[in-house]
Amino acid sequence: MSEEMVTLDGNEAAAYVAHLTNEVIAIYPITPASPMGEWADEWSSLGKRNLWGTVPDVIEMQSEGGAAGAVHGALQAGSLTTSFTASQGLLLMIPDMYKVAGELTPTVLHVAARSIAAQALSIFGDHTDVMTCRPTGYAMLASNSVQEVMDFALIAQAATLEARVPILHFFDGFRTSHEINKIARLSAETMRAMIDEAHVTAHRQRGLNPDQPVLRGSSQNPDVYFQGRETVNPYYQRMPDIVQQAMDRFGKLTGRSYSLFEYVGPCDAERIIVLMGSGCGAAEETVEHLSARGEKVGMIKVRLYRPFDARRLVEALPETTQKIAVLDRTKEPGADGEPLYKDVLGAVAQAFSDGRLARMPRVVGGRYGLSSKEFTPGMVKGVFDELNQSHPKNPFTVGIIDDVTHTSLQWDPAFQVDASEGVTACVFYGLGSDGTVSANKNSIKIIGGETDNYAQGYFQYDSKKAGAVTVSHLRFGPKPIRSTYLIRDGKASFVACHQPIFIGRYDMLNKAAPGAVFLLNSQTPPERVWNDLPRDMQQQIIDKGLDFYVIDAYGIADRTGMGRRINTIMQTCFFAISGILPREEAIAKIKEAVKKTYGRKGKRLLERNYAAIDAAIDGLHKVEVPNEVTSRFERPPVVPDTAPPFVREVTATLIAGKGDSLPVSRIPADGTWPLGTAAWEKRNIALKIPHWDPKLCTHCGKCPMVCPHAAIRSKVFPETLTRDAPESFMHVQVRGKDFGEGLHISYQVAPDDCTGCGLCVEVCPIRDKKNPKRKAVNMTDDRTFHDEQRAAWAFFHDLPEYDRQHLEPTKIKHAMVMKPLFEFSGACVGCGETPYIKLATQLFGDRMIIANATGCSSIYGGNLPTTPYTVDPEGRGPAWNNSLFEDNAEFGLGIRVAIDKQTQHARELLEALRGRIGDDALVDGLLNADQHGEAGIHEQRERVKTLKARLTAIDDREARSLEAVADHLVRRSVWAIGGDGWAYDIGYGGLDHVLASGRNINILVLDTEVYSNTGGQTSKATPLGAVAKFSAGGKPTPKKDLGMMAMAYENVYVAHVAFGAKDVQTLRTFIEAESYDGPSLIIAYSPCIAHGVDLSNNLRQQDLAVNSGHWPLFRYDPRKIEKGENPLHVDSKAPTVPYRDFISTETRFSVLQRTHPDAAERFLQQAQKQVKTRFHLYEQLAHLAVQHAPEPPEK
Amino acid sequence: MDLSTPYLGLALDSCLVPSASPMTHSIDMAKELEDAGAGAIIMHSLFEEAITAEEEGMVRFLHHQETGFGEAESFLPAYQDFENALDLYLDNLRRLKEALGIPVIASLNGVTRGGWIEHGRELQEAGADALELNVYYIAADPELTSEEVEERYLNLLHDLREHINIPINMKLSPNFSSLANMVKRLDAAGAAGVSLFNRFYQPDINIDSLRTQPSLHPSTSAETLLRMHWIAILYGRGGLSLGATGGVHTAEDAIKLLLAGADVVHLCSALLERGPAYLTKVRNGIEAWMEEKGFESVEEFRGRVSQLHVPDPTEFERANYVRILDSYSFGPGVLA
Repeated sequence: MSEEMVTLDGNEAAAYVAHLTNEVIAIYPITPASPMGEWADEWSSLGKRNLWGTVPDVIEMQSEGGAAGAVHGALQAGSLTTSFTASQGLLLMIPDMYKVAGELTPTVLHVAARSIAAQALSIFGDHTDVMTCRPTGYAMLASNSVQEVMDFALIAQAATLEARVPILHFFDGFRTSHEINKIARLSAETMRAMIDEAHVTAHRQRGLNPDQPVLRGSSQNPDVYFQGRETVNPYYQRMPDIVQQAMDRFGKLTGRSYSLFEYVGPCDAERIIVLMGSGCGAAEETVEHLSARGEKVGMIKVRLYRPFDARRLVEALPETTQKIAVLDRTKEPGADGEPLYKDVLGAVAQAFSDGRLARMPRVVGGRYGLSSKEFTPGMVKGVFDELNQSHPKNPFTVGIIDDVTHTSLQWDPAFQVDASEGVTACVFYGLGSDGTVSANKNSIKIIGGETDNYAQGYFQYDSKKAGAVTVSHLRFGPKPIRSTYLIRDGKASFVACHQPIFIGRYDMLNKAAPGAVFLLNSQTPPERVWNDLPRDMQQQIIDKGLDFYVIDAYGIADRTGMGRRINTIMQTCFFAISGILPREEAIAKIKEAVKKTYGRKGKRLLERNYAAIDAAIDGLHKVEVPNEVTSRFERPPVVPDTAPPFVREVTATLIAGKGDSLPVSRIPADGTWPLGTAAWEKRNIALKIPHWDPKLCTHCGKCPMVCPHAAIRSKVFPETLTRDAPESFMHVQVRGKDFGEGLHISYQVAPDDCTGCGLCVEVCPIRDKKNPKRKAVNMTDDRTFHDEQRAAWAFFHDLPEYDRQHLEPTKIKHAMVMKPLFEFSGACVGCGETPYIKLATQLFGDRMIIANATGCSSIYGGNLPTTPYTVDPEGRGPAWNNSLFEDNAEFGLGIRVAIDKQTQHARELLEALRGRIGDDALVDGLLNADQHGEAGIHEQRERVKTLKARLTAIDDREARSLEAVADHLVRRSVWAIGGDGWAYDIGYGGLDHVLASGRNINILVLDTEVYSNTGGQTSKATPLGAVAKFSAGGKPTPKKDLGMMAMAYENVYVAHVAFGAKDVQTLRTFIEAESYDGPSLIIAYSPCIAHGVDLSNNLRQQDLAVNSGHWPLFRYDPRKIEKGENPLHVDSKAPTVPYRDFISTETRFSVLQRTHPDAAERFLQQAQKQVKTRFHLYEQLAHLAVQHAPEPPEK
Repeated sequence: MDLSTPYLGLALDSCLVPSASPMTHSIDMAKELEDAGAGAIIMHSLFEEAITAEEEGMVRFLHHQETGFGEAESFLPAYQDFENALDLYLDNLRRLKEALGIPVIASLNGVTRGGWIEHGRELQEAGADALELNVYYIAADPELTSEEVEERYLNLLHDLREHINIPINMKLSPNFSSLANMVKRLDAAGAAGVSLFNRFYQPDINIDSLRTQPSLHPSTSAETLLRMHWIAILYGRGGLSLGATGGVHTAEDAIKLLLAGADVVHLCSALLERGPAYLTKVRNGIEAWMEEKGFESVEEFRGRVSQLHVPDPTEFERANYVRILDSYSFGPGVLA
């Protein structure tokens, strides 16, 4: 059957088959599987039908556990059902997977295999997650490439229906799920031919049906449970044959043949590698390369891993096999080998002991590729070389340097295989926001679609959300591309640097092959650009004989109205230089793609793009490369020499993108990393920074309050300390009576840490009376000012902190003098969440412990290379940990309970040791301290210091015990922080339990009203009528009122805050919540880029949200009940802004007016009514008289 | 009574034509206007800014959402296609055409040359009987000469003419150095008519916030004088249809403008304030006046008091200025 060639990624390939062959799809977002759910949801929302002519019902659940439950239910009711997941999500599905398999239910679960959080979370690919599912009873089918993902998705669907054994179909996260490749798309005819309708009908008939009722899911006793488990054996025994037969049928239909264990290599191979997943691509290339040179090497690709057909595996091995290396992309600490190794070893040993094998080959096992660690032909060769040894290492690792337990093999990074011959390889360095990735995806589609070439694209993304760097790897050539690894050093024939700021920051030219092209976007004219390059880059260009091209893409973008978007300009240059297509044809294709994007509705955009494309050709210049290095500068060090040793040796290596080179010994063994390293990563990404005007400023403190990156600070200090200040350091006598004469204040920008969002200027209430355009702080693009401010910042940073005991924290001006202990995170420009976290660290950071739910806040809070949480001059700061997404409230509660226990134990020991300490005043002081203010905490710390000194003199077990817990006599502030996905959805059960516990824990919900971190999927916090992923037609149900639910407990402090609308209310809420000796829930409105609004309008959006009634501000303080007062206080006024005016400013709402205008209007009317009703309800509750029930009369 | 009139090459049953206003968003209201005696209807304007703002929003938040962050390549669902301001406008136009028997004139409002002007063709294809181009342009740049301002109008007309063959009406502001010459050049460039005049909405100043604030004051009958004046001057000087717009509130206002030479009289503020049925009242008033004066048709009295037909043409020129000043006396209590 003829098949169309398409260019797509692994996720789309899986989703394509899943959507066509199912009718119920239960989804939940998790990286890297989310796009599968997004595709399915989008196709259903567009009315795309499945093979049976019905539109699949796609339902988002509250967690993967929920999705698995829904899948189980839908299967039990006889529907063709599927789901997609990865990693932690898969773990949450395991209980249901046992049930689904135990009941012999046909289904396919598509998994983009990913690491499991252990010493750290990782979103990248390996088999750790799927390996945890081995005992569930699911069959496991591994796809090694994008083509296989599509093919196996169908083979799995056909086989499970016949066999009644559910199948976990997996492929490697990112490497396969996100790799774009040119593949053959399965036709509907092929799908119909593969799926036997009789099996579908049989599945339906097994569905629960009151007309033929049965009971499933009984409880069984010792008498029969065991036998019941053995009943399924025949199904599993038949399964390998059924899958192989499905593969055979598939082969006849498509010409692509597969087998359960597929041998590649000469028939007389002696050294064999066995593995599964994307690593097979690199291994296959290496086997072909080496065997062509006479080496007796081969490999086995494992397709069906469960049920494991040991007999077929052994049959697939050449008779000449002498040594086998089994490679596992997973780790089982403590095991004497990883799972695939054990399975292969067992199979071979069994065959030998049965006499099917004449001799027992030596079998060794090794780990590779954890968390998408590169797996290259050089490493494969390293494994084959090891097998040549008389005593090959077992177990081993490959791809890292293990200098601790010395497991790692040597490999040659420079080793290249024949497969790279005839393949054009191109590497592009860009910023996330400049469109480099989308332009390259488009280029692949053009090359894949318009030429006979096969094409592959793989993209390295960033863990930073602002100023993210992307590296695009494109390959194309006449044969299918199986190179499942990044373009190696010295292999790229085209290297493009789309951002001049990367010069000197990244090693880009080491990717370049001799005679390759280097294309640079630079505003420096061609005749001068040579000397913009550091010496080592010049040397590489000369040594490799590179052709050096330059284009002023920003200039062209500016002139043609493209703003900062340079994607089509750089794409045009790529085609013009590379000559992959005739220039005119390439330009026509780029223009066609642009037209497809904007259609007839964006004529002006079309014109701009066309103009930019045409101007790109004219603006492209070849630079005359001199014969010698003339540059006067070297690449600057990543961090200065003054950085601590760990930062210099480890953090700096990570920042430079060379983390792969770090040996095991340099990585902390238990996941413990030092704080404050973000301050060493000077990213310098702001095009404009704030310029403070001391003459106008009234010192209100609003600018540091709103700064998402803590990049503008205030500090109060004696003027006398400024004698040696650099000239650029600005300071002025503090206004007002709060601080004494001679005390100066400075509002200082950290120029290289600022992201240029401009919120500080936006919030500034002071205008120059003579020139109202000027405020007390103004954005400037003056690079001289920027450079001078470096010294000013360094001086400011080193000034002593103002004594916290003398500050009044309920005033913004005072609170903002407190040092933020959360700074320079990787959060988005203008992030709506981070100011809340920063505020908490200013107020309580020196005694804070944070339990952080997985999500945006755990990524910008704890994603390497650097850590934004930091310490005060005494070395105190927030102690932070991220457990999981779903368990964060419980995790925080556990911390609270532990601290309370240790505090209590310390108090008990104090009493027990009272006599031996011999200082009743000290002991009483420690036991009865009032620690509600900074002064009280300071005094208690002093007492603890004294106590510890006294204890040293006491030679006693109890004294030692007290020493270990004495720090907990100082009040701890325990926080559980996370987003709405956690608090409203996946973690709600735990959150509810923690609220009910009555324990003193502060819960901060950063409510962006969507799953922001995974790309804006709907949560129960998403408002009525808002468009989000999984709600393409607008969310039809209202936002859950979490605050109201929490208030029902009556002993929980609950508040709604929005710092951009009322900063003082936010500040007071944090202080009140923290001081409440019980659970506190702060629900913080957090504008997000997912709202479809420019975050330079962050504060305006908060204001609109509050004034439209979307986000009423209130505080519910249970302490007031005891005083006979109403606990609820509404802090915002009745809505004054029509709801329409609020939603018209945000694309998440306004786009619905265009896509579903009738629904949008209906939602709007409903929402308008609802916000008024809710405000009225809050107002009424706030004005209720508090009445206590009369005491029962005494008997 | 025959209130019919030729306008932009169309034969209208009535010389009363509601001008571009939000009323045409509603088909029901447009139907009411037709029933009340409107000769044609001018749709609310399709603003260049609405189209471009939407394009910018599309680019920023839908087409180019990528951040470079590994877990989120986008944040909002990627819609293949959706209705934009133009689609909604075209849909509205089609529904008006289906519902009404009178001509429907589409209205484009913008100031720059560019892709948006090409949308004229789609308006034509959707059934617009004519197109009004409203160049709502404030010439605030001191470097910009009056010549360049005029060129802008002519260029836009030229560009639009390239794309459509239905009649084009130019809605003008009174701020031309030589309006008569401008009208003549527009005539030569292919316009079918002009509407006099646009009302610019001046921002107001809020003395509490020390900021500007938008202001929207409905027109008054006094504003018809300027229109009357220029229509009277232009009447009979070229082939263009003349529309009077701005300040028409009563039958008396309309009659005066017809006497000055208007082919049609546009109403807006009066209808917004009093509802579509008010048009009948104006129409009845005109008919009553015609009956009183013995006119059977508009044709009989149109332009009777234009510069072309009045005994003393200087009444419309500078000489009139002297007479008015002479006749002006100060109110009581005002020191002269």
